[in-house]
Formats: sequence, C-alpha cells, structure tokens
Amino acid sequence: MCHCRTVIPFNSFRLWQEVENLFALTDQPIEQHPALLQAQAEEAGAKVVFEGWVRNRNEGRQVLRLDYEGAAALAANEFSHIEQEARIQFDIVDLICVHRVGTLEIGDLAVWIAVQAGHRGAAFDACRYVIEQLKVRLPIWKKEHYIDGDSGWINHP
Amino acid sequence: MSVKRISVTYYAQLREQAARAQEDIQTNAPTPTELYAELCKRYHFSLPAESVKVALHDAFTSWHVPLQDGDSVQFIPPVAGG
Repeated sequence: MCHCRTVIPFNSFRLWQEVENLFALTDQPIEQHPALLQAQAEEAGAKVVFEGWVRNRNEGRQVLRLDYEGAAALAANEFSHIEQEARIQFDIVDLICVHRVGTLEIGDLAVWIAVQAGHRGAAFDACRYVIEQLKVRLPIWKKEHYIDGDSGWINHP
Repeated sequence: MSVKRISVTYYAQLREQAARAQEDIQTNAPTPTELYAELCKRYHFSLPAESVKVALHDAFTSWHVPLQDGDSVQFIPPVAGG
C-alpha cells in the first residue's frame, strides 16, 4: 500500500513513521530537512540513499541552472506502480522518494531516494531500480539554462 | 459525432508552444490520437505523437481510449526526472 502524497507538509516531518512510503514533489530544498536523512526503521539493517545533484556541465555545455516541473498527481500514481514493482522484486521495508521542482542552482539536491531493507542486497538493488524507473517513467521535466544564454528541454533517451 | 468538453493540460515544451498550461476545449475527437492531431494544427507542436504519452485523470492510458465529455487529458512530453 502506497501512502503517496503529492503535497509535502515538509515542516511537519519529525518521525520516520510520518514519511514512510512517501513520494512527493516539493519546491522546498530537500537538504534542509534532516528528519528525512535521519529516518530509520527498526527492522531495517540496511539503508541505501541515492542523491541526484545539479551539476555544472551536461553533454559538453556549461549549465547555469535548471528549471524542473512535474505533474504531481500523475507522478504519484506512477510512482506507486514503481514502488509495488520494487516490493515484489526486492525484500524491502520502506521506500521514500522526494523530487524538487522549480528553479535549481548548481549544487542543489534534485532528487533523494532512500530504501530500507533487512539486508544490504535488497536495499542496493531496489534503490537502483527506483532511480532508473523514475528517470524514464515519472512525468518530471527539466530545462537547462546554459552560460551562453541558450536553454533547452532535456529528453532522456 | 458528439461534441465533448475536454480539459487539456500541457507541460514543458508543449506548455510553452501552446502558451498555456491548461484549457477546456470543445472537440469532436473520438480519442486522444485525434485530439493531439487537432492541437498540433492549432499550436504547431514540434513533438510528434510518437514521442508523447497520454494520461487520463492522472493515470497513463492508451492513445486509443474513447474520450468522454468532461474528461481530463494530459499530454506528456519526453520526461527527464532525476
């Protein structure tokens, strides 16, 4: 059962129980919410975190900043399918994914995924599965702005 | 062929090319296939239907699903999350 939320009451996050099974898009900085980073389920012996950061170059061009946008409700519905697939394939305890939208600068955290499992193998495998599926399936878009003033929407192959 | 009122939502380059994020339109289009073709003529979308996905009421669906009056359709350009 996915308790996906599309609006994040980020400031209210205090306990792991409040954020488990979460998918959310947020226009607030992910890295300013230590409750996410410290969250830990008691039955999980392993936790794998993937962080996707805005880098200053893409395909040889110098990037100034990115604009992200997402279709929140559709993304939450599609993420619930990804989560169900991950739970079928891997023996995991909890899964959280938060993705930024809005204007991001170089060095900002764009996506944060945490997978907890009894053991490390399932946690690594599920985390890899979730980020790979997210990149090709979730309705999230980014527009790169380059140092030469040009800009363009990025399409993953 | 009956006229339907459809809510259409655009994202990314489709939003920019349509110069709007959402609109209600009257259409005879029986499925999203004909609706997208109609909108391509209106807004000169650069993306062919082959590179776009379609969602109905916040769930991905087929290009061939029959459209009903009051439906909410989203056209999804190639995604780039992460």
